[in-house]
Amino acid sequence: MAKISSLEELRKIRNDAKESMKTRSGNAKVRVFASMGTVGIAGGAREALKAMIDELEKRNFHDVEIVEGGSMGLDKEEPIIRIERDGFETTYGKVTPDMARQIVAQHIINGQMISEWVIARNEK
Amino acid sequence: MKIYRIHALICAGGQCISAGGNDFEAALRVEIEKHGLEDEVQIVETGCMGACEMGPMMVVYPEGTLYINLQPENAKEIVEEHFLKGRKVQRFMWQKEDGHFPTLNEVPFFALQTKIVLRNCGIINPENIDEYIAYDGYTGLGKAVGEMTPQEVVKEIEDSGLRGRGGAGFPTGLKWKLTAQAQGDQKYVVCNADEGDPGAYMDRSVLEGDPHTLIEGMAIAGYAVGANQGFIYCRAEYPLAIKRLQKAIQQAKMAGLLGKNILGTDFSFQLSIRIGAGAFVCGEETALLSSIEGKRGEPRKKPPYPATSGLFGLPTLINNVETFANIPVIVSKGSSFFNAIGKEGCRGTKVFSLAGHVNTTGLIEVPLGISMKEIIYDIGGGIPGGKVFKGALIGGPSGGVIPSSQLDVPIDYEHLNTLGAIMGSGGLIVMDESSCMVDIAKFFLQFTVDESCGKCTPCREGTRQMYEILDRITQGEGVPGDIEKLESLGKVIQDTSLCGLGQSAPNPVLSSIRWFRDEYLAHIEKKECPAGVCTMKKTTTTKEEPRRGRKKAST
Amino acid sequence: MEEKKHLLEQLHDIQDADKEHHLSTKKVVELSEKHGYSPAKVYGVETFYTMYSTKPRGKHIIRICENQSCHMANAKNMIHHLEKKLETHVGGTTEDGLFTLELSSCLGMCSVSPAMMIDDVPYGNLTEDRIDEIINSYKEGK
Repeated sequence: MAKISSLEELRKIRNDAKESMKTRSGNAKVRVFASMGTVGIAGGAREALKAMIDELEKRNFHDVEIVEGGSMGLDKEEPIIRIERDGFETTYGKVTPDMARQIVAQHIINGQMISEWVIARNEK
Repeated sequence: MKIYRIHALICAGGQCISAGGNDFEAALRVEIEKHGLEDEVQIVETGCMGACEMGPMMVVYPEGTLYINLQPENAKEIVEEHFLKGRKVQRFMWQKEDGHFPTLNEVPFFALQTKIVLRNCGIINPENIDEYIAYDGYTGLGKAVGEMTPQEVVKEIEDSGLRGRGGAGFPTGLKWKLTAQAQGDQKYVVCNADEGDPGAYMDRSVLEGDPHTLIEGMAIAGYAVGANQGFIYCRAEYPLAIKRLQKAIQQAKMAGLLGKNILGTDFSFQLSIRIGAGAFVCGEETALLSSIEGKRGEPRKKPPYPATSGLFGLPTLINNVETFANIPVIVSKGSSFFNAIGKEGCRGTKVFSLAGHVNTTGLIEVPLGISMKEIIYDIGGGIPGGKVFKGALIGGPSGGVIPSSQLDVPIDYEHLNTLGAIMGSGGLIVMDESSCMVDIAKFFLQFTVDESCGKCTPCREGTRQMYEILDRITQGEGVPGDIEKLESLGKVIQDTSLCGLGQSAPNPVLSSIRWFRDEYLAHIEKKECPAGVCTMKKTTTTKEEPRRGRKKAST
Repeated sequence: MEEKKHLLEQLHDIQDADKEHHLSTKKVVELSEKHGYSPAKVYGVETFYTMYSTKPRGKHIIRICENQSCHMANAKNMIHHLEKKLETHVGGTTEDGLFTLELSSCLGMCSVSPAMMIDDVPYGNLTEDRIDEIINSYKEGK
C-alpha cells in the first residue's frame, strides 16, 4: 500500500475497501439469489452467474450480496435468478449469460427491471 | 476490483490451528481448485472467532453459515454441496438443542456479546491492512492527529470512563493525563502484552486476530501524551502473535501510519517489539520495564510511578493490550458511545476467556455489569453433564472464587473487590462439584511460588510457607489452627509485598477459605476430601526447585 | 531511535541458532565483550528467565502446559505419558538428542487443553494416541 498522506485520502481508501467487504457486512443495497439446483446447473446457471459477476466487476459495482440457493421448484423456468432491491423481489427465468449482463446494467445498478423476462414480482 | 460471491472465513487463531485448522484449509483449497471456483470463493484467514472448543471453524458469507469441528475430509462435501449448489451441509453445522441450525448471528454464544475489543477478530484477515481500514481502521488516529489537540484526546479518554483492562482497573484517562503532564522531552508508550495469567488468552487473540487495533491505539496514545516511541512487550510463548505484529507494523509503516509525519502532520511515532523470555512477574509494569531495559524482571518500588519515571527513568505510559484496543473506537465514535455501554463506574466491555466445566468455552466480550449467571448459563450454555455449579475463579492466580450464592452479583471492579476477588485480566474458570477448592487454591499458590522473583521476603518466603501448609492439608496432615495460620500469613503477605504479584498471591487461598471454609475443615478434621480429588495421604513429592525465587546457579 | 536488539532478544537469537538450544558460557562471554556488558549481569539475566537454558538441550523443545485449565483437563497424565514415551523426565533430554521435555506456564490454549508446543508449533486436544502420533512424526522427520 502506498503512503497515505492525509485524512481525506484515508477516508477514500476506506470507502473503496468497504465496498469489497459488502459480502460480510450484511447490508448490501442489492441481494441476488441464484438458484443452483441440479436442473439449474444443467441449464447453465453457473455460466449465467459467472457472467453476472464479470459484468459487476467491469462496471465496478460492489454493493451487492450473492447468495446461492437450492432449486426453487420451478424447474421449467431454470436458470432462475431473483433480485432483491428497493423493497421488491423480482424473479427472472431462463436467464442466459447475455441476459445476466443486461440485468446487471439495467436492474441491479439502475433499479429498472426488465419486464419481459420477469416471471414473478412481489413486495418484500 | 475483484468480486467474490462467497467469502469463506476460516479461523486461524492459535487454538484452531493447534486442532488442525491448517490441514482443513489446505484440503478446502484443493477442492476449490478442483471445481474451478478460485474466482468465486475468497478464503480469508481470520483471527480467533471465540468459540475455541468448536475449532477448526469456518463461517461462510453472505449467509453467515457456521461450520464447526472441521476435518480435512469434510472439505469435499462442503465445496460440492454448499459452494457449488448452495446446499448447506447440516451435519457440520452448529446445532442448537431445539434442532435448529443457526447462522452465526443466531447462536447465543455470539449473539449475546457486545464486541468492541474483538470487533474485527474472526471477521477480517489480520495480515491485510486494507481489511482493517475497510472496517474504519485508523480513522481514530486520523481524527486525533488531524482534527483534535492532544489535550482533547486525553479528555475524550477520561470522559469515556475506560479503566485499565490488565487487572487493576486504574482510570485510563487519568493515567494518560498524568503522563501528558509529566516533565520531559522524551516519553514512551509501552504495551503490556505479557499475558501470563493461566487461563487467559484474550490479549493473544487480539494480537493474532487484529494487531492493527493495538498499533492504532498506541499511536493515538503517543499523540495524546507527547511520546514518539512505543514498545510492545510480548511474551515469547506467543510466536504467532509476534509474527502477525511484525507484519502489521511493517504494513502500517509502508502506509505512512507509523513513522515520520503521520498522515501529513507533524506527529511521528515509531513502534518496536520487545520479546519476553518466560517470566510471569514481567506482567507487573515495573518488572516489565526492567525487562525491556535488558535486566532481570524485578519490580521496583512505587512511587515513583511510570508516568513520571518509567522506562530508562523517563515518563512512560504503560497500558494493557485490551485497554489500547478500545482506544480507536472511543476516539472515532466518541466517548458517549463507549459510555452508553456498561454501568456507572464501569463503562464499556470486558473480554473474558471462559474455560473449565462449562458447555461452550472460549472468548467472550460482554458489557461490564453483566452477572456471572448470564455469562455461565446464557452465553456459556451452563454446566455439562448435568453437574452442579460449585464456583467460578476470576482473576487467575491473583483472583478469587465466586460461589453459587453470589451468581447474581454484577461483574464490575467494585463488586468483585467486596467479594474478595478481582477482575484481573479476565480469565474465568468454571468449576463443578468434581473440583476441590483446597486443591485449586494450592495449585494457584504453586504457580505463584514458582513465579515469585525472589526480591522481597514476604512473597518469596511467605507464599512458600502457605504452600507447605496447603500441601499438608491435601495429604491428610492438616491440623487445627492451619486455617487461621493461612489467614494471618495471607494478610501479612498482602500488606507487605513489594509488588502486585505478592500482594495478590494469597487471594485464591483467602477467597476459597471465605466461601468454602467447610471444605477446608473436612480436610483437616475429618481427613476427607469431599470432592474426591485430594489423595489425603502423604506422597513423596520430588520437590522441584522454584523457577525463580531461589534458583540455584546451574553448573 | 536506532533499532539495536535488546539483551533478551540477543540471548534468544544466540540460543535459537545454537545446535543444542542453550546459552554456553563461551557465547555469553562473547556477547558481553561485543556489547560492553558485564558477564555477571548477563548471567543474572539468563538465569532469571525460564526460557533460557544454560544446559545443552535437544533438537526440539517440547513445552507442555501444566497450568489451571490443562490441569483440570488431565495434563498430569499427558505429562506422565510423554515421560514414558520419551524415556526421560521433565527437564531431561532424550538419548538420541531429539527432544527436551519442559513444563510451561499457560500457553493460552485453554479451550483445547491439554496442550503443548513443540518449538513454535502448537498442539491441542492431546490424548495419549495423539501424542504418540505427533512424536512419531517428528522421529520420522516430518
